[in-house]
Amino acid sequence: MSGDLLGHQPELTLTEKLWQINWKLILLLTAIASIGWAMLFSAANGNIDPWASRQAVRFGAGICVMILVGLIDLRIWLRLSYPIYGVALVLLIAVEIVGEIGMGAQRWIDLGVIQIQPSEIMKIAIVLALARYFHGASLEEVGRPTFLIAPLLMVLAPVGLVMKQPDLGTALMVMMVGGALFFLVGVRLWKFAIIIAAGGGSVPIAWQFLHDYQKNRVLIFLNPENDPLGAGYHITQSKIALGSGGISGRGFMMGTQSHLNFLPEKQTDFIFTMLAEELGMIGGVCLLLLYTLLMAYGVIISLRCRNQFGRLVGLGVTTNLFLYVFINIAMVMGLIPVVGIPLPLISYGGTAMLTVLFGFGLVMSVYIHRDVRITRRTMAGEM
Amino acid sequence: MERDTDRYRGLTRRALMLGGMQVGLLSTLVARMYYLQVLESDRYSTLADENRINMRLLAPSRGQVLDRFGVPLAVNQQNFRVVMVSEQARKIDRVLTLVSEIVPLTDADWRRITREIQRKRAFVPVTVKDNLSWEQVTMIEVNAPDLPGVSIEVGELRSYPYETSTAHFLGYVGAVSESELNGDPVLALPGFRIGKSGLEKFHDANLRGVAGTSQLEVNAVGRVIRELSREEGQPGRDITLTVDIGLQQYAQDRLKDQKSAAAVVMDVHTGGIYSMASNPSYDPNLFTTGINAETWEDLLSDPATPLTNKVIAGQYAPGSTFKMLVALAALDSGIIGPRHTVHCPGHMDLGDHRFHCWKRGGHGTLDLVGALKHSCDTFFYDLARRIGIDRIHDMGKRFGMGQRTQLDLPSERPGLMPSRDWKQANLGKSWTQGESLIAAIGQGYVLATPLQLAVMLSRMVNGGFAVKPHLTRQVERGPAEQTAWPPMGVNKAHIEMVIQGMNAVMNQPDGTAYKMRITEPGFEMGGKTGTSQVRRITMAERSTGVLKNDQLPWRQRDHALFIGFAPLRAPRYACAVIVEHGGGGSAVAAPIARDLLLEVQRRDSARGASQVSSAEGAPEPSPTVPNTSPRKVGG
Repeated sequence: MSGDLLGHQPELTLTEKLWQINWKLILLLTAIASIGWAMLFSAANGNIDPWASRQAVRFGAGICVMILVGLIDLRIWLRLSYPIYGVALVLLIAVEIVGEIGMGAQRWIDLGVIQIQPSEIMKIAIVLALARYFHGASLEEVGRPTFLIAPLLMVLAPVGLVMKQPDLGTALMVMMVGGALFFLVGVRLWKFAIIIAAGGGSVPIAWQFLHDYQKNRVLIFLNPENDPLGAGYHITQSKIALGSGGISGRGFMMGTQSHLNFLPEKQTDFIFTMLAEELGMIGGVCLLLLYTLLMAYGVIISLRCRNQFGRLVGLGVTTNLFLYVFINIAMVMGLIPVVGIPLPLISYGGTAMLTVLFGFGLVMSVYIHRDVRITRRTMAGEM
Repeated sequence: MERDTDRYRGLTRRALMLGGMQVGLLSTLVARMYYLQVLESDRYSTLADENRINMRLLAPSRGQVLDRFGVPLAVNQQNFRVVMVSEQARKIDRVLTLVSEIVPLTDADWRRITREIQRKRAFVPVTVKDNLSWEQVTMIEVNAPDLPGVSIEVGELRSYPYETSTAHFLGYVGAVSESELNGDPVLALPGFRIGKSGLEKFHDANLRGVAGTSQLEVNAVGRVIRELSREEGQPGRDITLTVDIGLQQYAQDRLKDQKSAAAVVMDVHTGGIYSMASNPSYDPNLFTTGINAETWEDLLSDPATPLTNKVIAGQYAPGSTFKMLVALAALDSGIIGPRHTVHCPGHMDLGDHRFHCWKRGGHGTLDLVGALKHSCDTFFYDLARRIGIDRIHDMGKRFGMGQRTQLDLPSERPGLMPSRDWKQANLGKSWTQGESLIAAIGQGYVLATPLQLAVMLSRMVNGGFAVKPHLTRQVERGPAEQTAWPPMGVNKAHIEMVIQGMNAVMNQPDGTAYKMRITEPGFEMGGKTGTSQVRRITMAERSTGVLKNDQLPWRQRDHALFIGFAPLRAPRYACAVIVEHGGGGSAVAAPIARDLLLEVQRRDSARGASQVSSAEGAPEPSPTVPNTSPRKVGG
């Protein structure tokens, strides 16, 4: 790394930054989003209203946010990491107090102007906070178990709160993003094994402390087939839609399961089913390839970055995207229980879109500021 | 910064491991997709089609029933009903109020409509009112812009244009009952009707047709999106009857004045029935829309049994109409010869019991033709005493007595032709000779339906062929009616003798029914009166003088019977008439038979002006012929 020898930081002007905007990244995101618009157009039986048009507007706004986030210096993000995490955690606690019932669980805070979903903010905040924590950590430090207690708590606190809502899907995602970052910074695998074993072992004990209705919720979560008119019906119809699509699909706007409303939530959580019904396995695999391309590009951008914070943020955001995609598609294909995770950039809805584009704004920032070096000391001093 | 390089190397390695894991997990998604969309695709495609495709049955149009000249007797009428789709109507009450100004709605209608709207999905049409008139249909069509969601639907309703005239043999259709569901899906269609009685029931399989199917695409809540394919069913077959509706109406009308009566006219050669009338009757149209309980109760409790077709289900002692059979049995046995005579002193003694002839003073000495002409009871007592019941039974069976005629109509009754074996088997007692005597004059155990009497007569006058009666001339695309019948092997000369007897009854001035003869040249008839005694005349009553029929309550009066044929020279039509509790056969039943036989010949276009000269002993005005019925003595 030649940069270390120079010993000074290259400061970029705004113009330079604007020139640095990664259009390839934006192009990839737009490509995926436009598949989403097409599917929303189909879901509305060939109308851009009510979904496709609004989704396009949201995407436009989201891209603006993304560029704005990308132009902000990584060091500022580094400095803001803990505050953002703190605010997200406070909001999660607030949601317990003033949160409104929505989607069957407490997830939203109504601020009058906008409704915010603290658990979505947490998906980004946890990445920032852990990246900030591990930015200055040496391999020796990472190897010290006591060093890991603080970040473990940083993960477990929001996971506990989100699970209490209860939004097990998001809790799972936050936990897995945290786990991914632990893995990336080099935590030994046996430590993961211990945590997993401990977690598994504590389940029967924790089970004793749950109320009956809570136990019930967990049971339905684990086995939706017990609820044939609810989640069980959804997943059965989803599998029928997928299967009837075959290799090349029923044709755009020709999916019977989706258009005759046998498929529930076709414009939101189950939009991948509709895509695979109408465009077949070919369409589904193409979409997966686009996502893979986007993730690979995210990994490349991250690894090209010269500072640890940027690398970790980039990889964390990419992992986040992966988790969205994997959990959603595995869910609609009946591989895992229905947990209500949307397909990023494609499912109708603003929150997940904003989360993902905000995250890729950070990736953009990592790209633009890839040569910025942030020393551990400076950083420590700044805190 | 060696450490940072190490750290970077470690991070890169871990990042690639993580990426590899992610690619691995995404591959499982692709594998799952391959499983669902390639391996299991056929199964899921079927399931998807089962989801969206709804098979709907199309009720076939019921076949028509036509008379012998093609006049429709049972038809399908268009039934207009006004329906409303509540989601299109929106302001349901306002729309219904507007509709009710054109089609009056009762409170019960309102309640039913409200209930159905609540129960059914908003896009399912709800029937507002059935059986609209043309004016109402046009009024609703004209006001369509003010009646959102309201439309006219056309259905089919079975209709019987001749109403009471055809009820007894056509029967009627009605809604399918639980026990009639036999797996044929068309039966489960709402509003589907099947034959419940009469020919509608007998020919139900032919009339019903084959249901068509329509494949509809429906969405998750069952709303029909479009029709994918349609396979038209096969309408039911038309049935052509042997009945002449003109004669049928005439017959039914002719019986109108009698409280309870029945008459049948059939072709003696083909067995085809020209008319089958039973009075009182009912309007089968009441049943197609669902009869109300009160009317139904009235029909059931009427002592004149309007729901019974007395031609096939009324069983009566045949009285003197039975005497030809006894004569044939006696001649056939060889025990008496054609010149056999009997002296009638007004009674005959058997053991210590006296059997009376209807004529107190007796008939003097009579031969067979004379005995039939005067309907002398003593003559037939004598025959019965000589030949015994079993010979009578055997001859009766050959002529169709005591067994169903196998008419193409349900609920026919078999009548009764007694014999020694029959009595032993059914009553556990041995036969007595006195019973033979009573049987010889058609009383006692002997029972026959008017149709059986007509068949018996037909088999005599057609030259001894075992004709069987039927109403169906042809089922569409089916074979024509059977018109050739096997000979019965009865001596033609014997038959000629009883025909002579029946000729004498009508056409000789001292015959019992001379006054009721047909005088039109070429249309002359032969026949035989009968009186079926309903009550037993006690010895006490006989000593004080037998009551006249019109002094008795209706239910105790005798049944009047008559069987006749025409034309005399080349018999073609046979007729049997019963007037329940009508008194004597010659007075009440014979005129009806005469009118029917005259009418059927007049309507016969095939009969030209070629006049066959009338029978020998014909039109010579005679002084008086007993107008009151002969009275039989019960044993």
